[in-house]
Amino acid sequence: MKVGDPDVAAPGDAPAERTSPRDMLRRFLQGDLASLRVILAIAVIWIIFQSQNDRFLTATNLTNLFLQITAIGLIAVGIVLVLLIGEIDLSVGAVSGFAAAVMAVLNVKHGVPVVVAIAAGVGTGAIIGLVQGFLFTKFTIPSFVVTLAGSLVWQGALLKVLGDTGTVNLSNSGITDLANTFYGDAFGWILAAVAIAVFALLTLGGYRRRAAAGVTTEPIALLLVRIVAMAAVTIAAVAILNSDRGVPLAILILLAFVIGFQLLTTRTAFGRHLFAVGGSAEAARRAGIGVTKIRIIAFTLCSSMAAVGGILAASRLLAVNQSSGGSNLLLESIAAPVIAGTSLFGGRGSVWSALLGATVIGSISNGMNLLALESSVKLMITGGVLLAAVVVDALARSRRRSEGRV
Amino acid sequence: MNGNAAVLAMKGITKSFGPVQALDGVDLEVNPGEVLALVGDNGAGKSTLVKSISGINTIDSGEFYWQGQPVSISGPGSATELGIATVYQDLALCDNLDVVANLFLGQEKLVGGPAMVLDETAMERRSHELLEQLSVTIPSVRSEVGTLSGGQRQQVAVARSLLGEPKVVMLDEPTAALGVAQTAQVLSLIKRLRERDLGVIVISHNLADVFEVADRIFVLRLGRKAGMFEAKQATEEQVVGAITGASVDTEEQRRQP
Repeated sequence: MKVGDPDVAAPGDAPAERTSPRDMLRRFLQGDLASLRVILAIAVIWIIFQSQNDRFLTATNLTNLFLQITAIGLIAVGIVLVLLIGEIDLSVGAVSGFAAAVMAVLNVKHGVPVVVAIAAGVGTGAIIGLVQGFLFTKFTIPSFVVTLAGSLVWQGALLKVLGDTGTVNLSNSGITDLANTFYGDAFGWILAAVAIAVFALLTLGGYRRRAAAGVTTEPIALLLVRIVAMAAVTIAAVAILNSDRGVPLAILILLAFVIGFQLLTTRTAFGRHLFAVGGSAEAARRAGIGVTKIRIIAFTLCSSMAAVGGILAASRLLAVNQSSGGSNLLLESIAAPVIAGTSLFGGRGSVWSALLGATVIGSISNGMNLLALESSVKLMITGGVLLAAVVVDALARSRRRSEGRV
Repeated sequence: MNGNAAVLAMKGITKSFGPVQALDGVDLEVNPGEVLALVGDNGAGKSTLVKSISGINTIDSGEFYWQGQPVSISGPGSATELGIATVYQDLALCDNLDVVANLFLGQEKLVGGPAMVLDETAMERRSHELLEQLSVTIPSVRSEVGTLSGGQRQQVAVARSLLGEPKVVMLDEPTAALGVAQTAQVLSLIKRLRERDLGVIVISHNLADVFEVADRIFVLRLGRKAGMFEAKQATEEQVVGAITGASVDTEEQRRQP
């Protein structure tokens, strides 16, 4: 936009090409390759821990690892939505604890049926998000202030709801089934076959539809590689899980939310508007998008997902106590998508990154526990990884800025 | 000009902000298939006039006529409904979205049903059509807008304004901050708008650009009409004189005796 910029296309140039290979390559580098980079990082982490302790890559430990990341992963899915609009929610840890406490108290102390109690827990999260989103948009207070204050409030509410005992035991409740249900071998394989078939059909169907309409298509080879990779990962995962206790319900819940929100953010007008608000709120407003509405919905969904994550965490812990939703949960949930390429500055990222990033963080913490490292070392390493992720994000942003001038 | 053919006409447009008389009885007509340049010094009332036409400002008095019928422009929505599109200087594009997403931002085509699923194929096809008709030169409709040059971004913003099939397009300083080649691109795009029989209003400081594309040049000075020139017959000195107020007197003096 500077005066005298060298221009890439002079007025007499040919009209827009249908597909530019260079552009396609760039999209691949930013899209698939960004994911590939994280997957490579996971591989390196796994190899390092396996070389230190050969129990790391056993089926039992990997199953545990994935059960450990369900809570972070679910909360991170919600965080992605808020990061996409260029905001942050620092209350998700406290909200996850409080929502789980509401559910636990209703079910255990008041005999409310499990399903209703779970719905009440998620509803609690939704209302909190609605209130925080409203305060943020109505008074234009920075979102980190609103949610930081909220975090304290919901921590207090957690203590209040738990009462004098300070802990609610869930061991005799159906809630624990969420994190402790494993399906048999046959179910796992059928599920894998269905998932691979659906993925392949949707990918190739989309390609055919676009090709028939004469619009840009991704190279067919790339799509085939993607299908093969997806199938390989799915088959490997089911094989590993089956050789331990089977496919856990908790992981299916996580995957369902990841897929659902991935589709919501990439295939719907609402998702497009999330990215638009994060890219330029002013442009979105002028285009007639209800920016306030989008923001409030994003915060509501984020807190709802925090509640879902908290409920899964409680189910796994078999209890809700005063430290539920505390410790590193908040920071790790925010760090997970950032590590895997979702920008802290808004407008860039994917729900998929929540799952990848949670796997990175879960692997590191699982591995360090397996090596029985001291808490001091674990904290410093975790902090270092988080910092590195943010630095990578900032570097990517400045590189985009310099490239933006073409 | 022949008043019956005007797509948009205004009479006696007056607008004041407190004690400041920003527009004082402005008459103006825009015809289909012509480029009308709106020039004037800073504070002459150009922006106020544009905002009045686009519905951002409500006028104090005066009338608008749309294809000969009296209309009132009460807000941006009513201007858009009539068929008036405005491209502001800051373009209002989302750098993180691709060209297709920006073109259809806020007016996405949907597959249908309650899920609000995007119809990417239809949007991409329409984008191709539109950009090809306008001979817009961009690497791909799937390029991120942030990677485009200033001239390309300007062209995308203009193309977006055409999606609603407007009859009048207003461009606010379309060539400001553009290099020579990019300016040429944008000017040729403006000429193509004229070929599509649109009424085009271009606000510009750059008289060279104005003379290059405009059919008529409307000069505002202190909220009043200071001159209307046929671009082919006028000279740059005459227009500058009208902008600064130097030649208005001389012309009137010439007529008076």
